[in-house]
Amino acid sequence: MVIRRAPDLRSSEITDEKLYLRRREFMKTAAVPAVAAWAGLAPALALASGQDALPNVRKSVVTLDDALTPWADVTTYNNFYEFGTDKSDPARNAKHFRTKPWTVRIDGLVNKPGDYHFEDLVAPHALEERVYRLRCVEAWSMVIPWVGIPLKDVLKRVEPQGGAKFVEFTTLHDPKQMPGQRIGVLDWPYVEGLRLDEALHPLSILAVGLYGKVLPNQNGAPIRLVVPWKYGFKSIKSIVGIRLAAKQPVSSWQASAPQEYGFYSNVNPDVDHPRWSQARERRIGEFLKRKTLMFNGYADQVAGLYAGMDLKKFY
Amino acid sequence: MRASRLIKPLVFVAAMGPLAYLSLGAWQGRLGANPIETITRSTGLWTLRFMLITLAVTPLRRLTGWNGVVSLRRMLGLFAFFYGSLHLLTYVWLDQFFDWAAIVKDVAKRPFITAGFSAYVLLVPLAITSTAGMIRRLGGRTWRRLHRLAYVTAALGVVHYWWLVKADIRPPRNYAIVLGVLLFARVYVFARSRRQA
Repeated sequence: MVIRRAPDLRSSEITDEKLYLRRREFMKTAAVPAVAAWAGLAPALALASGQDALPNVRKSVVTLDDALTPWADVTTYNNFYEFGTDKSDPARNAKHFRTKPWTVRIDGLVNKPGDYHFEDLVAPHALEERVYRLRCVEAWSMVIPWVGIPLKDVLKRVEPQGGAKFVEFTTLHDPKQMPGQRIGVLDWPYVEGLRLDEALHPLSILAVGLYGKVLPNQNGAPIRLVVPWKYGFKSIKSIVGIRLAAKQPVSSWQASAPQEYGFYSNVNPDVDHPRWSQARERRIGEFLKRKTLMFNGYADQVAGLYAGMDLKKFY
Repeated sequence: MRASRLIKPLVFVAAMGPLAYLSLGAWQGRLGANPIETITRSTGLWTLRFMLITLAVTPLRRLTGWNGVVSLRRMLGLFAFFYGSLHLLTYVWLDQFFDWAAIVKDVAKRPFITAGFSAYVLLVPLAITSTAGMIRRLGGRTWRRLHRLAYVTAALGVVHYWWLVKADIRPPRNYAIVLGVLLFARVYVFARSRRQA
C-alpha cells in the first residue's frame, strides 16, 4: 500500500481515529486479516441478497472529509444504460438481475488465464472500505464508501506478461436480463480500458459493495471497477471479462462519440466536454455548484502517471 | 355552447398540472437525488409539449371541423411561454445561481444552450403580440406572418433537446417527428389552396 496522504484526503468521522493513527502498522499486517476475512466471507456471499452486510470489511484507508452521499441517492440515481437510459431505470429494471453464479474471464497476455468464479476472484483479498468521490461526465458528483479489493492485487495474481500494456474490461451481454441492450444506444457489450500502470495504481479497485453492504444490482453488481480520478463511465459495471493487451482498447463511449469521449477521460476542469463545461459540478444533495478538482482531487496521487502528456490532446 | 365555455377553464387547470405536480414533489422531497435536474427537465419538456400542442390546433380544426378548438390556441401558446420562462428561470437561478459570467459563456459557447436560448427569445414577441389589441394593431396579415415564428421556435426547441442528450436520441427524435408531421400538414394545406386559387 503506497497511498500517500494528500492535503485533501483527511481522516473523517467514519475512520476510527485510533485505527487511522496506526495505519502503517495496520497495513503491514494486512495479509493476515486477508485470510481471516475470507473464512467468514464465503457463506455470507452465498446468502447475500441485495442489501446484506459484508463481513470483515477493513475500515477505510483512503477517506475524505466530504459528507457521504446518502444510500438512497447512490442507489436510485444511476447511469447504467444496460438497464435503461433514465437514471431511475436501473434501480427498477435491475431488481431481478442474477449475479450468482458469476464468472469473470481473465485472458490475453497473462500467465494464469482462466474463468474465475466471483468467489475465487475475491476470496484471497481482504475487503477494504474506500471513500471516494465519483465525478460523472454530466457534471454531478457523489461521495461513496465503496467496499472492494485493489485491482493491482488481482492483476498480480494472474501474472501479466511483459508485453501487456493495457487492460480491457467487458460488461455482461445479456439482453434478456438487460433490457437496455435491446436498444442500440451503444455498441454492446460495454467495454472500457485502462493503461496497465493506471490499473496497477493503488487507488484503482474492484468494488463488490458499498456502505458495508453487498453491491446493489443497479450499482454494477456483483463486481465493478472504481477509478476515482476518471469520469464515472470509466468505472465499468458488472464485469465478466478482463483482458490484458498490448494495444490500447477502444471504449464504448469512445466508439460512440470519439470527439467527446477520449480513452483517458481523466476528470479535468480545464478540458470541457465539447457540449458543456467541466469547470464545476453539482454534488448530489448540495444546492450550489462546486469547483471541479483536477483529477477529481487525486492529483497528488495520480498526476505522475501523466507527466509530460498534453491532457487537452489525451482527454 | 356551454360545453365550449367550460372547456377553457378545464384546459387551464390541466395545463397547470405539471407545475402543481412539480411543486408538490418539491414540497414532499420526491424529486429524486438531483431535484434541480428534475425541475429543469420537466419544465423544458412541457415547454416543448405545449409548443407542439399549440401548433396542432389548426390542423386539428381542419381535420375535425371543430372550430371551438381555436379559442384555446392563445392560452396553449401562452402556456408554452410560461413553462419556457420557468425553464429559463430554473437554469438562471437554481442551476447557475445568477452566475452571469458563466451564463453568458454558456449561451455563446454551448450550441445546445444557444439554440434553447434563441427559442425562448423568439417566444417573447409571440407572447407580447398575443392580445386582441395587438392583433388589431398589427393587422391580421402581419400578425399571422409574425406568428409563423412558432415553427422556428419549436424547431429550435427540438434541436436544443437533441444536442443535449448523450446517446439516447429516441426522445428528441420523437418530438422531431411530431413537429415534422405538423409542419407537413401546414405546407400541404397551403400548397393545395394555392393550386385551387
